[in-house]
Amino acid sequence: MTDIAVAPRGERGLAALYRHARYVIGENSVTGFAFALFVLIVLAALFGPQIVPYDPLQSNTTAALKPPNLHHWFGTDQLGRDVFSRVVAATRLDFFIAVASVALVFLMGGLAGVAAGFFGGWTDRIVGRIADTIMAFPLFVLAMGIVAALGNTVQNIVIATAIVNFPLYARIARAEAHVRRDAGFVEAARLSGNSNWRILALQILPNVFPILVVQMSLTMGYAILNAAGLSFIGLGVRPPTPEWGIMVAEGAAFMVSGEWWNAFFPGAALMVAVFCFNLLGDGLRDMVDPRRRT
Amino acid sequence: MLLLILKRLAMAIPSLIGVVIVTFLLTRALPGDPAAYFAGPAATPQAIEQVRVKLGLDRPLLAQFGRYVVDLAHGNLGTSLTTGQPVAAELQSRLPASAELTLLGLLVSVAIAVPLGILAATRPNSLIDHACRIVATLGVSLPVFFTGLILVYVFYYLLGWAPAPLGRLDVFYSPPPQVTGFYLIDSLIAGDLETFMAALKQLILPALTLGIFSLAPIARMTRASMLAVLSSDFVRTARASGLSAYTVIIAYAFRNAMLPVVTTLGMVFSFLLGANVLVEKVFAWPGIGSYAVEALLASDFAPVQGFVLTMAIMYVALNLTIDILYGLIDPRVRLEA
Amino acid sequence: MTPALAVEGLSVEFRTRSGVVRALDNVSFSVGKGETIALVGESGSGKSVTAYAVMGILDPAGRVTTGRAMLGDLDLLSATPGEFAEVRGRKMAMIFQNPRTALNPIRPVGRQIGDVLIRHGNVSRRAAPAQAVEMLRAVGITDPARRARAYPFEMSGGMCQRVMIAIALAAKPSLLIADEPTTGLDVTTQAVIMDLVSDLAKELGMATIFITHDLALAGQRAARIVVMHAGHVVESTPTGELFANPRHPYTAELIAATPDSAQNLDELAAIRGALPDLRRADLPPCRYSERCPRKIAACAQPLPQAAPGTVHFTACWNPMTERAAIAPKVSAA
Repeated sequence: MTDIAVAPRGERGLAALYRHARYVIGENSVTGFAFALFVLIVLAALFGPQIVPYDPLQSNTTAALKPPNLHHWFGTDQLGRDVFSRVVAATRLDFFIAVASVALVFLMGGLAGVAAGFFGGWTDRIVGRIADTIMAFPLFVLAMGIVAALGNTVQNIVIATAIVNFPLYARIARAEAHVRRDAGFVEAARLSGNSNWRILALQILPNVFPILVVQMSLTMGYAILNAAGLSFIGLGVRPPTPEWGIMVAEGAAFMVSGEWWNAFFPGAALMVAVFCFNLLGDGLRDMVDPRRRT
Repeated sequence: MLLLILKRLAMAIPSLIGVVIVTFLLTRALPGDPAAYFAGPAATPQAIEQVRVKLGLDRPLLAQFGRYVVDLAHGNLGTSLTTGQPVAAELQSRLPASAELTLLGLLVSVAIAVPLGILAATRPNSLIDHACRIVATLGVSLPVFFTGLILVYVFYYLLGWAPAPLGRLDVFYSPPPQVTGFYLIDSLIAGDLETFMAALKQLILPALTLGIFSLAPIARMTRASMLAVLSSDFVRTARASGLSAYTVIIAYAFRNAMLPVVTTLGMVFSFLLGANVLVEKVFAWPGIGSYAVEALLASDFAPVQGFVLTMAIMYVALNLTIDILYGLIDPRVRLEA
Repeated sequence: MTPALAVEGLSVEFRTRSGVVRALDNVSFSVGKGETIALVGESGSGKSVTAYAVMGILDPAGRVTTGRAMLGDLDLLSATPGEFAEVRGRKMAMIFQNPRTALNPIRPVGRQIGDVLIRHGNVSRRAAPAQAVEMLRAVGITDPARRARAYPFEMSGGMCQRVMIAIALAAKPSLLIADEPTTGLDVTTQAVIMDLVSDLAKELGMATIFITHDLALAGQRAARIVVMHAGHVVESTPTGELFANPRHPYTAELIAATPDSAQNLDELAAIRGALPDLRRADLPPCRYSERCPRKIAACAQPLPQAAPGTVHFTACWNPMTERAAIAPKVSAA
């Protein structure tokens, strides 16, 4: 007796996708858990700064460096700011950086990749060369260099993260577009007179998107780690802005002398967020292409 | 075999060219005035002009590039503003510290990850298999600087087992006479066991941090590769021929399974070289990573450029080595070259 | 005389995601010392699973539920790893199809032979290379000294199969199982390889179990043929008798489906129906009954067992009694 879920005939498009998604999430409790966590993170990002008990920027030097207690669940930092409020408030910035980076690299890499795969020839060669050149660098080092060159801002962190992930997206998109270039439905579209650009946008891109979505979830995790790492060494985000990486940097000195909560909670938040995105990415991969399960 | 090496070398050249071009563009295509960047935040307008002429930043871009390449060929990476020293010399003197740390970290990582992956593959669904999977998933999520800090907190502050994270040697020790720049090796060469132990103690936590960081991809790849190889036809033949468990798993299965793992090492190195920078900051390690970070904070630009270039060239060289290593293990690649 | 191998009541099942597959059910046959038999059947009939179970190299999802496989005094199916180590590769050996993928791709073939020699043949590490070269010569490889340093991908399929034979026979086993050794090789090479195996078997006094889906090939090389279907032994008899008087309906269909016996393409017959799904809980006792043209009411009861000493065994309640003789291409070995 097999128990493979099959969408009933006649259900197409979004409805079938929804059913399939529900099946996968239900089947695999880990994916369900990751999804729930993801929703929690999004909520924290959207509403966090409004609902936290203390103002993340409000310093109170009399209450500096207090360990976790009933008033301050995560303790206070060296300026007396409530760590819990800062950690939750930081969700917004880190999440924004992750989403922005991923959106940017999806557009840049995805478009360049499908163009390279679809048109071939010089387009393919140029995109390939650009990707190879980027890959010749250790990626974090390149990100450092880009932010240093362009300037110490959050926008530049987003741009640097996107550039550094460009080769991966371009490669995946190119492979998928290349395979579909000669597929039946593309031929049909061509024969009925569609221009190349229309085919690219309406036929190929929608097919490439699901595979890229899996990668996007994984990249979100990477983008947060990247941004945190850059902030940790002083690039990008500047105090007193709450961001997990810079909070760990500020708390690092105190770890050595025993005030662990300062750096621990933002670091743990980082870990949880990245972990969630990775699990989600794995779950999405199972949804999109179960053959690729590890 | 030689042909393979030459071919791979030839393939590395376009990468090198690309690296040089990109690092050039990074510094010349800056928003604002490059000369101001190189002159530093405290420079007067006259100083900026001087720097502009001195560095040839008023010449056309192509001429600048030519000069850049010539400088590179002579090993001239500019001068640091904060120390006044040539960047190349400073990088050279600080490189062994980073190299020793990274190599030791990689060693730790491989020493744990590979056996873990093999055991997980040979005992599917056992405790160790699950442990391997958890390690692989968690390891990718841990920020490396966070791991370092936790290790410091637990092993230095709480347990007192590790020394303070203050660099390569405790204040009371002086470095051994320089042969390789690796304190571990140099102290052994000088027969100085005390210094050896002191250097080792300082190395343990940062190396462990890097090791934990790179554990996940290696363990995951080893496990996946071993699983695939263990169900292959030739392993079945080896089993049917009654060869010993050691021969089947290590001499037959593992050697074949290592091939994708060696390729993964390239990616792992990319991460390691980046993580190096972060770990050096946590442990106050006097390597090239912290050199670049200090320069960044002081808006001292030439060292950062030199750092990025050096790292990239090292990375290209590393990938080349891995390619050649792969050819050594896999005769199919060797003989088709 | 004790047989080289006696398999009694072997049942194997596999746990899969979609259920338990009863791959083998009560399989029994034996091979005499020095005798060559053939295990014949369609893909999926369980021939290879039988071999793997006997050799102890079943997939981890597979489980022997009942049965014995007596190699001399030792029951292979309940042997300890230590006991297995004594016999596998040493007293019994196996060669596989797709010889190129069945050899270690990154190890010179001479060393692969040497590994077995060192392990089973009481040969020292120093003497192994030279001995390996001799083995290569014995299996008919020209310029063996040079070839010993070659890798499988540098050799043809036929040569790789010779290497596998060298590996299998390195310890001079008393039983060889050959699982479709010539599938994928061209016809000339097939004949040459089969001749090689027969010659070596004769020289060593080795029993051979030859697994194949090609009934004609089996007819040329085996003294006795065991026909399998869906995990059952359906008929077992000397070769000549099988072609002259096939009793089980499946055997008759198999013979009719063999291309040799057809005069032209139009006469090529296919076997009716398809293999039953072995995951079903409601499998009939005779797994051929659902596609059998001779099915009767009695077929619902458990299959007849082989009485000891039966020369021509048929697992059927309605066997065919008369049949026009179909002469095999070459007289039975």
